[in-house]
Amino acid sequence: MNIYAVLTIYRSEMKRFFRTIMQSLISPVISTSLYFIVFGAAIGSRIDEVEGVSYGAFIVPGLIMLSVMTQATSNASFGIYFPKFTGTIYELLSAPVNFLEIVLGYVGAAATKAMFIGVIILITAFFFVDLSIAHPIAMIAFLVLTCLSFSLLGFIIGIWAGNFEQLQLIPLLVITPLVFLGGSFYSVSMLPGVWQTIAMFNPVVYLISGFRWAFFGVADVDIAISLVAIAFFTGACLAAIWWIFRTGWRIRQ
Amino acid sequence: MPSIVSVDNLRKAYPGGFEALKGVNLDIEEGEILALLGPNGAGKTTLISTICGITVPTSGKITVGGFDTVSEYRATRDLIGLVPQEINLEPFETVFNTVRFSRGLFGKPRNDAYIHKILDQLSLGDKKDSKIMALSGGMKRRVLIAKALSHEPRVLFLDEPTAGVDVELRKDMWDVVADLKAAGVTIILTTHYIEEAEAIADRVGVINGGQILLVQDKSEMMAQMGQKQLRISLSEPVSSIPDMLRKYDLEMAEDGSNLTYTYDTKGERTGITTLLNDLAAAGLIMTDLQTKQSSLEDIFVGLVKETA
Ligand SMILES: Nc1ncnc2c1ncn2[C@@H]1O[C@H](COP(=O)(O)OP(=O)(O)OP(=O)(O)O)[C@@H](O)[C@H]1O
Ligand SMILES: [Mg+2]
Repeated sequence: MNIYAVLTIYRSEMKRFFRTIMQSLISPVISTSLYFIVFGAAIGSRIDEVEGVSYGAFIVPGLIMLSVMTQATSNASFGIYFPKFTGTIYELLSAPVNFLEIVLGYVGAAATKAMFIGVIILITAFFFVDLSIAHPIAMIAFLVLTCLSFSLLGFIIGIWAGNFEQLQLIPLLVITPLVFLGGSFYSVSMLPGVWQTIAMFNPVVYLISGFRWAFFGVADVDIAISLVAIAFFTGACLAAIWWIFRTGWRIRQ
Repeated sequence: MPSIVSVDNLRKAYPGGFEALKGVNLDIEEGEILALLGPNGAGKTTLISTICGITVPTSGKITVGGFDTVSEYRATRDLIGLVPQEINLEPFETVFNTVRFSRGLFGKPRNDAYIHKILDQLSLGDKKDSKIMALSGGMKRRVLIAKALSHEPRVLFLDEPTAGVDVELRKDMWDVVADLKAAGVTIILTTHYIEEAEAIADRVGVINGGQILLVQDKSEMMAQMGQKQLRISLSEPVSSIPDMLRKYDLEMAEDGSNLTYTYDTKGERTGITTLLNDLAAAGLIMTDLQTKQSSLEDIFVGLVKETA
């Protein structure tokens, strides 16, 4: 294991994050506050409680998931796309590193950044609503797994993307809709029957539901199924990355 | 002595089917400087990229330091430093950080003193905290060299290190290469400048159309392949070449003050002795004799034309 290489990649990615620390942290804080004002205050005044939880508190896990998923994806995809764009990827390809080390460096950094943002949003949320966390360990585990798996997904997108438009495309076209439709701001049980069935095909539903369970002890789907879903998703991303490096797809001809 | 780099029947077809290398064989000795000459699209960069691991060979075998570049890539890449043809650098990074990044990536523990030393050697000491985007083209190229040297490689590939570099800096670069050679580093460089190969290489390889046409000792190559010219200055200009000298295929200067004789140093006999005798017999008085060897450039152009 070329541990120096992993740390080198990780540190240089984190440095980019800290160089723009203000943008990196202020924008999620502001957008979260806006969500609380719009959804929590405006809509929440008409919805008392969802499954026994005040609406303001109910949306917190979904909000965190929304930011964490989009941040993890965009950080990781940008992280590996940028060297392709500048051409510095030649160095990664000619260095004595294997795919695991490259992934650990880039995905590790992207996941760490997303974690930071998730925690910042959680802290912000405490200023707006009364919040208690029923299963803190499970909450952290879900957060870490989500950061990790979406960073893996972002890494794949970054390798696939041939230009900046494509880099934005998947997050915009796939992830954001899935997250919005995945019950971030409502319970899936509030949907009409047909839509409930359709929603069950959305993998994000399982993640948000599991995360919400960690907060409030109530969930749309069984927590065990949520765990299986996230394990499956992580595994699928890992397999895809392993295949990419085996075949050199889009990076090593 | 076994070669430090050995390329055996290497073929490389890019996706799409284009075969950029068509069975390349090349052995590079430890400590030598090999210059690869070849026109645009000859396959120089492809050859280097395949040895360094940026592309994968379609067939054939490459060893570096006795290790296989595919199955023992960690060992081979440890030994190799690469300066790519394109200036590929992250614009917002500082010089020092980007060089330190390279060292870490190659698995070497941090050693800032060493990085300072390389930067000073490459006259980049005072630019170490500048952002890459604030550097001139020649400076960026030196940053690429510093990155390649950051992990103390034993084999250095320089893909057109002096493209777009002014004369003075080119000389500096040659000095750097000479220093590296003195330190025992094996150097493979590609170039379009024949003078460059002539000035610094021990051996010269000519590549065209994905094939190595020839690899030879620089001086041997010039001696063997080269034609020499003998210029004979005359005390009295002549108006035409005397009949008895016609068989020599001489060229006469316009004013008739000198004659040029072209001969092949490879030939069994150069014909110089008989020519000089016949000149005297024809009553011509010589004031000076000069010989001139053809440059690598003439040889190179000849070779590439032959295979085109
Ligand atoms: N990624 C690629 N995909 C397809 N063909 C390629 C690729 N890279 C190079 N080639 C082709 O392979 C051939 C050799 O290219 P290469 O870059 O090795 O030439 P070169 O000798 O380095 O030329 P130059 O002196 O211009 O740098 C060219 O015909 C080129 O078009
Ligand atoms: Mg080239």
